[in-house]
Amino acid sequence: MTAFEVKDLSYGGFGPVTFAMREGEIVGVSGPSGCGKTRLLRALADMDPWEGTIALQGVAPATIPANHWRRRVAYVPAESQWWFDGVDEHFSHAPEDADLRALGLEPGVLGWPVARLSSGEKQRLGLLRSLMNQPAVLLLDEPTAHLDAAHTRALEALVAGRCATGMMALWVTHDPEQLTRVASRGYRMAAGGVWKEVDTWM
Amino acid sequence: MDVIALSWSDILLAALPLTALAVFFAWQRLGLSRALMIGAVRTFIQLALVGVVLKGVFQNARPLWTFCFSMVMLAAGTWEVTRRQHRRFVAGWTVGLAALGLFTAGFTVTVFALVALVGVRPWWSPQYAIPLLGMILGNTMTGIALGMDTLTQNAWKQRAVIENRLALGQSASEAVADLRRESVRTAMTPIINSLAVCGIVSLPGMMTGQILSGSDPLAAVRYQMMIMYLIATGAGFGSLLTVQLCARRLFDNRERLRLDRLR
Repeated sequence: MTAFEVKDLSYGGFGPVTFAMREGEIVGVSGPSGCGKTRLLRALADMDPWEGTIALQGVAPATIPANHWRRRVAYVPAESQWWFDGVDEHFSHAPEDADLRALGLEPGVLGWPVARLSSGEKQRLGLLRSLMNQPAVLLLDEPTAHLDAAHTRALEALVAGRCATGMMALWVTHDPEQLTRVASRGYRMAAGGVWKEVDTWM
Repeated sequence: MDVIALSWSDILLAALPLTALAVFFAWQRLGLSRALMIGAVRTFIQLALVGVVLKGVFQNARPLWTFCFSMVMLAAGTWEVTRRQHRRFVAGWTVGLAALGLFTAGFTVTVFALVALVGVRPWWSPQYAIPLLGMILGNTMTGIALGMDTLTQNAWKQRAVIENRLALGQSASEAVADLRRESVRTAMTPIINSLAVCGIVSLPGMMTGQILSGSDPLAAVRYQMMIMYLIATGAGFGSLLTVQLCARRLFDNRERLRLDRLR
């Protein structure tokens, strides 16, 4: 069953983009810098103006408050932002220890000041923070850009685990090998946001 | 007790040491002389004009004249708020919101003072209404200008933070709550400082003027207390209202941060 549907989506001079995702699917997106991948994710989270059709389980963004939509369709930016001094202040409730461990984070990391976090730790915690809302769709923008190989695999496994229980993920990256590992299907975006389904990443 | 009036030749005499200062600045190559002399001439012309106009308005005390004068003050205040913004809203929203904030806070506080405190009859008597409005509007203007500028500049700088908060499901209002608080705090800082040091470090101009013109110091002090409370109230409500409205203008109906509305 199609759970997340996007039809003739155009945004900021890019598009039209049409695709659909079934529950539990991880769909990959690749393309050169500046072709509008990040902007696509922002439009899907209703953070930039767009035209066309977006629906999650038949529900259009405009029919529910914008912030409710963004909890269901969660955009995870490549650079996570931390505006309080303490890590825990950014979490409404603490993530499971198992999830922290799965991403190679120390259990005490929530008690740390943000200034102590490395960029890799920020990226992994940023993902966990977005998962706290239990989104239906995760929009990932280069989610492993700051991670080494081992942590990259750990993050991939964590997202795959969530998707095994029904979450969907749209995964944007420059790394074709990563898409081969995580994505069941994929799209390539060319300059100007031209959108095409592909069979292989290489 | 009669006031010792100053003659025009006294004013010329007061300008002499200032001219000497300008000459000294020029000799030191400070590059200030020109600006100093232009400022001095502007002060002379502007105050002389205001004096002439006020004299006319006081002599024919009609509500229409008081109203016209207050509208000129509102326009000047709005212009000054707009001038002090590093980033303005497109399509005249900065001008509109500044005027709305100034009018709502400044005029309400002034009318309250005229009707409930001073109790002058008629309440629009220009001799009371115009100076009171001038002082209240002036301080409300400073508050609004600071509040707006802090909000829009910080929203611009903290775009990534605000958008990350939105992406995590916070409402627009939650996502800028910290910015809004900081903006109102910045707007209120000067007036809170002046409340704290009033009479100790500084003798307010109006009180000094009243005392110089022969008023009982205690009567002058009571006027000054009233003025201080009124200007703090005006600046506070004015900046609260304007910051709130500007914060809303930063987002569209889908709670997207719309920095394209600033330039």
